Amino acid sequence: MSEAQTSHSNTTAKAKNWADAKPVLKVDDLRIHYETPKGAVIAVAGISFTLYEGETLGLVGESGCGKSTTAYGILQLIQPPGHIVGGEIGLEGKNLIGLSERDFRRLRWTKLALIPQGAMNSLNPTMKVHEQIADVIVTHEGRQSKEKIKQRILDLFKTVGLPARIYDMFPHELSGGMKQRVCIAMGICLNPTVVIADESTSALDVVVQRVVAQTLLKVKELLGVSMIMIGHDMGLMAQMVDRIAVMYAGKIVEIASVHSLFKEPMHPYSQVLIDSIPSLKEKKPLKITEGITHDPRNPPPGCIFQLRCPHVMDVCRSKEPVMRELKPRQEVACHLYEVDAKGEVKNVAASA
Amino acid sequence: MSQPLLDIRNATKVYQVGGGIGSKKKEVVALQNFNLTIADKPATITTIAGESGSGKTTLANLVLGFTHLSSGNIVFQGKDISDMTHSEILDYRQNVQAVFQDPFGVYNPFYRVEHVFDLVIKNFKLHKNDSEARDRIEAGLNAVGLRGEDILRKYPHQLSGGQRQRIMMARAYLIKPKLIVADEPVSMVDASLRAAILDVMLKLRDEENISFLYITHDLSTAYQVGDQIYILYQGSIAERGPTTSVIDKPHHPYVQLLVDSVPQPDPDDKWETDIELPDEEVMRAADAKGCRFYPRCPNRWDHCLTAAPPLFEVAENKHEASCYLYEPKVAVKR
Repeated sequence: MSEAQTSHSNTTAKAKNWADAKPVLKVDDLRIHYETPKGAVIAVAGISFTLYEGETLGLVGESGCGKSTTAYGILQLIQPPGHIVGGEIGLEGKNLIGLSERDFRRLRWTKLALIPQGAMNSLNPTMKVHEQIADVIVTHEGRQSKEKIKQRILDLFKTVGLPARIYDMFPHELSGGMKQRVCIAMGICLNPTVVIADESTSALDVVVQRVVAQTLLKVKELLGVSMIMIGHDMGLMAQMVDRIAVMYAGKIVEIASVHSLFKEPMHPYSQVLIDSIPSLKEKKPLKITEGITHDPRNPPPGCIFQLRCPHVMDVCRSKEPVMRELKPRQEVACHLYEVDAKGEVKNVAASA
Repeated sequence: MSQPLLDIRNATKVYQVGGGIGSKKKEVVALQNFNLTIADKPATITTIAGESGSGKTTLANLVLGFTHLSSGNIVFQGKDISDMTHSEILDYRQNVQAVFQDPFGVYNPFYRVEHVFDLVIKNFKLHKNDSEARDRIEAGLNAVGLRGEDILRKYPHQLSGGQRQRIMMARAYLIKPKLIVADEPVSMVDASLRAAILDVMLKLRDEENISFLYITHDLSTAYQVGDQIYILYQGSIAERGPTTSVIDKPHHPYVQLLVDSVPQPDPDDKWETDIELPDEEVMRAADAKGCRFYPRCPNRWDHCLTAAPPLFEVAENKHEASCYLYEPKVAVKR
């Protein structure tokens, strides 16, 4: 237990030093649309964020808010009718948008790796586990001796806590948690700079989920990779990430450290999200939020959350709020807050 | 004591697996000697929780009559459902309704939402004339917090997952059942909309006296709405009792592990210890005679392999755990 505690204090110590942390991935005004006969669905409507070295950034939001599209956009795996309309993705100072498919392929797995949603469907059922991992290594590094690859794969298994006996097995012979760990092993086999985990534990049982989540954390510490974790389970986010970006209808509405977001969420949607987490510790009355998201083809003018916001004001219907850093490392896009001349943050609704 | 609403006695369900060319038939015990009672009054929400493969959905299918027991009885209001006559079965279907997991798959996308209600009304002959039918639908929708004029003429794809699931609740309610079997009703609905569905369950329980068999793997929603909880592990009850008592103070080693593994939505309250899972084969081939949790249990000893542990009382209000740690005479010895 003492060991586990020290590792926690390590992460918090690291978290405090973000100011000197090096940005690894910079997403700037990324826009992704899906074309439909009735007009373009705006899946990602201009989002910007920075991922720092060694940190884990959580991307949360309800289904359909564009979390996964963002991830696939970063990896440029968007399938038609979807396409990237604009924006920049900078990896270690280099813009990735506009790279040819051939050049970009070299970056996948080596720089940017994906641990997909639903591992059960992302492994090839006709290939043995070791063949699939070897495939990644050989494609990117060229042919090499069989013994060398075998040793590498067995080392990878050890890192993610898989037994060596599954080396020769097919995916269907493994349990869900094991398959998910095979996907983690594939994700890290070429020592990527950034790992994107898309809901990678959401289809697992609670206990198995914990084992896989802890494996992910351990691997991250060991290799020092930066990670983007996509999910909707706020409990899991609290356990795993350093910072959280809350998405709603294709936009980021708040980015903050995990502590600030859970203790003092500022955007009304973040507040709804935090309030709706069912607790295991106290029984409290259910908090019901109404409303339906607008048609993603035709967002209303002004703030995107206006249809569901409990604090909606006139200005929200006409002017779009921009992201402002209202507290240190807490950026929020909401008209509810005003910064006065002294730099203090005021809640407009409370003072009116 | 009055007659219970639902009484499941020594229910065992064995599935035959395999038997193809070159492979031997295997038996998988999905549910073993399962007992459950839901009282007639007051209405309660009974949670069945457990990991995948623990038998929770088998239980739902058994209660809904989709499959049949290998041995044991399911008795509804004093009548065994396996010996019901045709008209009694129709009655039973009216009294026991279901709400399923996937709010996207249960609708026919070609029909408007009102079709769902029209079918029910026609099948169960609930109406004398059209205006009465309309009033009934409206009342059902109001009970779940929706308005007919907003949704009846819409197509399923125009509604959110939460709305669709509430319409399913309204559909079940329309028939005025005594029991609703809700199989993971909120697991596919966004967190911010879950509360509305759970609230409908509470309202139907308190105002309409409808009991629920709430099947879930999510302990935190069960904690918020459930009255009684049964936690299954590989087909048998690991622990049962009042929900708050079981989750606040779990006794069975598996339930302790389960409750501890639920990620707490608090960045200051992180998992402290690492856990290891034994190999899948070891876990599943758990000795049919002894305790099924033996391969993973931190407190195991030889006594656990002698026979499956019965339920021992561990706290008041029928809070019971099936673990030899709580056997009265053994507890003294250890």
